[in-house]
Amino acid sequence: MAAPKIIVIGGGLAGLAAVIKIAEAGGSVDLFSIVPVKRSHSVCAQGGINAAKNLKGEGDTTYKHFDDTIYGGDFLANQTPVKQMCDAAPGIIDLLDRMGVPFNRTPEGLLDFRRFGGTLYNRTAFAGATTGQQLLYALDEQVRRHESDGKVKKYEGWEFLSAILDSKGVCRGITAMNLRTMELKAFHADAIILATGGVGAIFGKSTNSVVCTGSAQSAVFQQGVYYSNGEFIQVHPTSIPGEDKLRLMSESARGEGGRVWVPRTPGDKRPVQSIPAAERWYFLEEWYPKYGNLVPRDVATRAIHKVVYEHGLGIDGQPMVYLDLTHIDRATLDRKLGGILEIYEKFVGVDPHVEPMKIFPGMHYTMGGLWVDFNQMTNIPGIFAAGECEYQYHGANRLGANSLLSCIFGGFHAGPNAMAYAKSLEAMEGDGGAAQEIARQTELNNKLIHNEGGENPFKLWRELGATMTANATVIRYNANLKKADEKIVELLDRYKRVNLSDKSQWANTSFAFGRQLYNMLELSRCVVQGALLRDESRGAHYKPDFPERNDEKFLKTTKASFTGQPDGPKLEFEDVDIQFIKPRPRRYDAAK
Amino acid sequence: MAERTVTIEIKRQASPDAPATWERFELPWRPGMNVISAMMEIAANPVTADGKETTPITYDSNCLEEICGSCAMRINGKARMACSALVDNLEQPIKLEPLSKFPLVRDLQVDRSVLFENLKAVKAWVPLDGTYDLGSGPKQFPQQQEANYPLSNCISCTCCMEVCPQFNEDTGFVGAATIAQVKLFNNHPTGKVLKEERLRALAGDGGVQECGFAQNCVEVCPKQLPLTNSISDVSRDVMVQKVKDFLRS
Repeated sequence: MAAPKIIVIGGGLAGLAAVIKIAEAGGSVDLFSIVPVKRSHSVCAQGGINAAKNLKGEGDTTYKHFDDTIYGGDFLANQTPVKQMCDAAPGIIDLLDRMGVPFNRTPEGLLDFRRFGGTLYNRTAFAGATTGQQLLYALDEQVRRHESDGKVKKYEGWEFLSAILDSKGVCRGITAMNLRTMELKAFHADAIILATGGVGAIFGKSTNSVVCTGSAQSAVFQQGVYYSNGEFIQVHPTSIPGEDKLRLMSESARGEGGRVWVPRTPGDKRPVQSIPAAERWYFLEEWYPKYGNLVPRDVATRAIHKVVYEHGLGIDGQPMVYLDLTHIDRATLDRKLGGILEIYEKFVGVDPHVEPMKIFPGMHYTMGGLWVDFNQMTNIPGIFAAGECEYQYHGANRLGANSLLSCIFGGFHAGPNAMAYAKSLEAMEGDGGAAQEIARQTELNNKLIHNEGGENPFKLWRELGATMTANATVIRYNANLKKADEKIVELLDRYKRVNLSDKSQWANTSFAFGRQLYNMLELSRCVVQGALLRDESRGAHYKPDFPERNDEKFLKTTKASFTGQPDGPKLEFEDVDIQFIKPRPRRYDAAK
Repeated sequence: MAERTVTIEIKRQASPDAPATWERFELPWRPGMNVISAMMEIAANPVTADGKETTPITYDSNCLEEICGSCAMRINGKARMACSALVDNLEQPIKLEPLSKFPLVRDLQVDRSVLFENLKAVKAWVPLDGTYDLGSGPKQFPQQQEANYPLSNCISCTCCMEVCPQFNEDTGFVGAATIAQVKLFNNHPTGKVLKEERLRALAGDGGVQECGFAQNCVEVCPKQLPLTNSISDVSRDVMVQKVKDFLRS
């Protein structure tokens, strides 16, 4: 029998991790990516990657890492896979170290670790403040090695459009579009792995990269894959507001001692450095003495919102607070945080060594995603998912430095599982449904390119982003969520009148965007309707009208399925695996 | 008072064979605006300064925080990343052109895959036995990490290749970025097992001796890689390798 053929879609950490495992196991891999894989969004991760290696003599254990992760995620994550991930973490760090990731070192030459949010242990390995970039490069290099050996074929500059399903509903490959020639083509595979990242673009501006549209997830959702916990969206407390995007300011800034504060006097006009300590309000340290500035992200984000909108203490009356590193010496800052300080200085024009940074919460991470079983397979046989595009590891809120870990662990898990599945797969009948799927995609393409009407897709997208950010981020009210869903329905209707200003068939970016936009709209309804249904507050999902967690009704995974009906997705609940740690109240104002 | 605007001129080319033309845009100014947000504005409202309807600009971009290396182009004649090019710091009209040393795809988008091919040729990786758990990596002192980390920050933007007078079809020069990666992997305790192969790959035509010491690369690098140092170090190692190979033959 020929080696199983696996298609991996997405060349970030999860995708590359899967590719490496498949190549090592003797499989043949086609790797699809919109951008050259070295330019994937994983490069944006800054602060580090968690593993309880206990190299600081603190008595840290993988079980404590597991407990912090479950507690930080407000008990919504299934515990079995999270436990496996935390147990595997120290081995993953060692492997990355062997691959040549330039992790920061202790004087003795061992791996250095720092603190991150939601834990009291120094558990985060880091390479300056560009850890994601360094990890991605290490995996990219290994994949390039397998590519030169002929085990991997890259399709960079191709966009995934859909899965090919046979008459029994089994996945037999994908359709994809070449973003230069606009050629539409079917590719056969015994199994496919989606590793397509988060959905930042449905919020307009976020810390995500341009390619993080969620389009691929939405496409398979519309083909029958469940989309789970869509309502759980992480808003990072510290981002730098910008015209084109919100740039991340890493949690590691606080991990290395950064302090968040506002002047106690509203609209204080003094130069920031001349405001005396007694007149600065270090509200996180005051409200959360145990964790201080290192409370989990949802907690810090809500605190900043409160200080700005309820206390009216934003800097100069603007929605911004200070993140202050100026008390730390320059050499330490440059050694441990150089990359992110450079970003701030370049984009804002102010040196954060000498003046506190001005930051504000921004949409950052997608906790929800494609539903997968403990083998990373979705409910459609042969469609696997790994990384941010699936829902499995972070529950209702992700802890900082757990995403790089979950991406690599998920990819390492998905790859061999896809291989095992492929080996026992029954032979395909005919073309496995390829011709039919190509016909469906051709029709969608033709419709979009020949559409008449007065709507500009980029303008519709701005409206979607504004609606989602206003109604479905930090604070949620049912009335507003309903309005947001109505707005999406309106946008879906107006989408029918999208008129592309570019109708050419060569490197047509508006055409590709037009296809993504429809998928973004459909996926947005999972976020909004999931939030609407969940009348409680849990992790990143906060409703002032339902301020408490309600385990009896909502200690459940949300599963959305596509109906194609005007009312949007059908939602159902599934029990959460809580076999190791009994849910307890989550509070960070005292030790847990 | 008239609304403050920004003037941008963009070199357009619909395909590799199509003629190049310039289009001028007048866009509303916003604080903190960069070249990318200007192009996003054009996409939402694709009309030139003379009121002519046009198409959105094709260009590469992804992270928009100068870490993915996608959006390199020539801005007012200088190769740089569009995301970190703040409009307020640029002379107007802002002129945008594609990189000139790479095959054009469309508008500001070019094909830079040559860099990734070069990285293959020099085996820019650590040859692992496998990704199963084999215990911890080699011990490395902070001094080593601090020497290697800057080299590992290369974002593959190819600005160093664009500005290099030697990077052209005649020489086939690999360019500074690839040479810096050779130094990085030759420095690694395990990666250096392939040191000789990497040096031999840089010993022939298009190799390190093509460098003409113009030093443009190190000036233009958005990540301040020590490129000229890397080239001199690798040059020396290539020479030593040539002598060794000669004596062995």
